[in-house]
Amino acid sequence: MGGLAILFGYQCIGYAAHRFLEVPLPANVIGLILLVVSLFCGWVKVEWIELSAQFLLKHMMIFFAPTIVGTIVFFSRIGDEWVSITLSLVGSALTVLLVTGWTTAWLVKRKPKGEGA
Amino acid sequence: MTAIEEITRQPLFGVALTVVFYAIAQTLNRRWRWLHPLFVTAGGMIVLLVACNIPYENYKAGGDIVTFFLGPATVALAVPLYKSAQAMKGKIRAIVLGSAIGSLSGLLSVALLMWALNGVKDTMLSMLPKSATSPIAIELARQLGGTPELGGVFAVLTGLLGSMVGPLLLRKAGVRSDIAIGTAVGTASHGIGTARLLRDSELRGGVSGFAMGLSSIITPLLCIPIYWLT
Repeated sequence: MGGLAILFGYQCIGYAAHRFLEVPLPANVIGLILLVVSLFCGWVKVEWIELSAQFLLKHMMIFFAPTIVGTIVFFSRIGDEWVSITLSLVGSALTVLLVTGWTTAWLVKRKPKGEGA
Repeated sequence: MTAIEEITRQPLFGVALTVVFYAIAQTLNRRWRWLHPLFVTAGGMIVLLVACNIPYENYKAGGDIVTFFLGPATVALAVPLYKSAQAMKGKIRAIVLGSAIGSLSGLLSVALLMWALNGVKDTMLSMLPKSATSPIAIELARQLGGTPELGGVFAVLTGLLGSMVGPLLLRKAGVRSDIAIGTAVGTASHGIGTARLLRDSELRGGVSGFAMGLSSIITPLLCIPIYWLT
């Protein structure tokens, strides 16, 4: 439970940063970034959160299911636009996957010279 | 049928239904690997709700409780991300650049495809940020002058699509590196794609979580020039 408490704590900090410092990222993503930083700085030990994190991540898909069910409300609204929507959505998603995959694979293999650290 | 109506109105109904369908989907997925658990869970529930004529609002009361845990789950991505840091060392530039070029290709391909298919402008503007996480896609759709809810729907559907076809498509396309697969799926299909990769490999999932964070930052930046055009 300690792990879950830490995760919720970082989400709350993320929310505060989003709301009051007006950081233009979702609270979850800010919490994620801050927790990564804290792990690297040694403020949080990975053992403290590992069990809770693994459980949540193993079943992460279930947390998206209700949102996908929510798209049924929208299906009745698209009407005659469905051809252009479907083709554009699928075409663009495949484009991003391939362009990113090929570009990154090429850059990783290229091993740019003068790369220290 | 007031008894059934009474039960489906409780938040318990939505939570129980989601967990039951997810458990079924897990079992089916063990038997048939290609059956995507999220597709089965959500698809099964949609069929049931429509067939039994249960209003979406009734399901939503419980569904929102399940969705709530997406918050700590997203924060929990810090663990695989942290553990993958060693493998990502020296490759950060490749990941950032790959994710940026990929995000740009997403915006351009939506604009091009919607233009070629005579799509509606409002719909096109809502679809542009579809590869970002849904809260960002909703916000960007609003700022670009599209429909916010539509932006969220497109983001979720893109996530599901990338999660279902991403790993196979990339293998067929000859992409073998774990770093490249993680970057591609995280950039294209945010958390839903990341959840899929985490089932196979902590490294791919960690990189995907990193790429998801990157595209959440890069996509809004790339959208800035579009404000000037519209």
